[in-house]
Amino acid sequence: MALKFTPKNRNSRILAVGAYRPSRIIPNSDIVDRIDSSDEWIRERSGIESRRFAGPDESVISMSEAASRQALTRSGISMADVDAVIVATITYPFQTPSAATELIALLGNPKAAAFDISAACAGFCYGVGMASDLIRSGSANYVLVVGVEKLSDFTDPEDRGTAFIFADGAGAVIIGPSETAGIGPTIWGSDATNRDAILMTPSWIDLKNPESLGWPDISMQGQTVFRWAVYQMAPIGLQALAAAGLTPETLDAFIPHQANMRIIDSMAKSMKLPETVAIARDVKISGNTSAASVPIAMDSLLTERPDLHGKTALIIGFGAGLVYAAQAIELPAASSNK
Amino acid sequence: MSLSPDAVLAGLKEIVEEVAGIPAASIELGKNFTDDLDVDSLSMVEVVVAAEERFGVKIPDDKVTELATVGDAVNFIVNAAK
Repeated sequence: MALKFTPKNRNSRILAVGAYRPSRIIPNSDIVDRIDSSDEWIRERSGIESRRFAGPDESVISMSEAASRQALTRSGISMADVDAVIVATITYPFQTPSAATELIALLGNPKAAAFDISAACAGFCYGVGMASDLIRSGSANYVLVVGVEKLSDFTDPEDRGTAFIFADGAGAVIIGPSETAGIGPTIWGSDATNRDAILMTPSWIDLKNPESLGWPDISMQGQTVFRWAVYQMAPIGLQALAAAGLTPETLDAFIPHQANMRIIDSMAKSMKLPETVAIARDVKISGNTSAASVPIAMDSLLTERPDLHGKTALIIGFGAGLVYAAQAIELPAASSNK
Repeated sequence: MSLSPDAVLAGLKEIVEEVAGIPAASIELGKNFTDDLDVDSLSMVEVVVAAEERFGVKIPDDKVTELATVGDAVNFIVNAAK
């Protein structure tokens, strides 16, 4: 007998965004001694002036909870109506159970579908794509997508390639059904031939060996990542725009993964974005928070530019794998960021 | 397609001036990209990608760090284009 399934065939949109920035502000001057560097050197290579590091009382879960509660409040949606929760992170320090299940218990809906995804700096945009498709198919009505990292736990403070870049934070969005398209098609994929461009080593198994290389930290081949990000990701961004029927001229905002100011500026140049497009440059004060960077930057941009509520934006995440995902979206409506 | 060293040097001067804002007149074969011309590692990637497009050659990531001087880059590109 044939199975029965009738997809909802409806649209989706981001209803609200929330963010949590850890309380400790770390200026470049706190980083430079251990990497034999200077404030000027860091600013020139990354555009970063300061970043946030979580304190002992700020965990992946507590930061996620704070960002999620803000997004829920702004959306007007009750957690009881959230069917599914997706947490994008690479720094939750437990292999299992997931961060998502710990989060839903705290948020008061322990029966929602909940799982984590591992797509590094692309994780949030992977999550947005999955959430949108869950809603469009009818598998969920409201989805909470969280991007969160406590990268300071997995960064070697003496590594000149990463110590001044990586940081901590959380961002969250509520995605729900919509009469009109608020999230365009997801353009996503991988380049696994560059799998060693960003790596965590050693493995957890290696830690069992008393002669282990030490605590797992994330290392990065800066030039390889820069080249891939600028010259491979700009065309992906343009594809996401075209798939949603937009062009650089009709776009209102560009919110890329906050990897590095040089990457952001070079991508914008490569995509030939006109000056009318607002560009999120939150990396300057937040550093690179991997999966959390796009929603945190979205929150910052809407705070700085309230006129962008309801306007179009291109979001794109890219990182370890290498993996990427991009969508054109409509930013949350004006009533959300109060 | 073979390229003359003089043609590659002239092209590289234009690229480095465009990418890093360094006057073409100060770019010479013996100049070190980092120490003499202040081209940092990320700008070097932009120079390399522009050179690949202009001269129709491939400069792999693991070779970029070996291109210390303008002369190194000219020799690599001339040989890669042979």
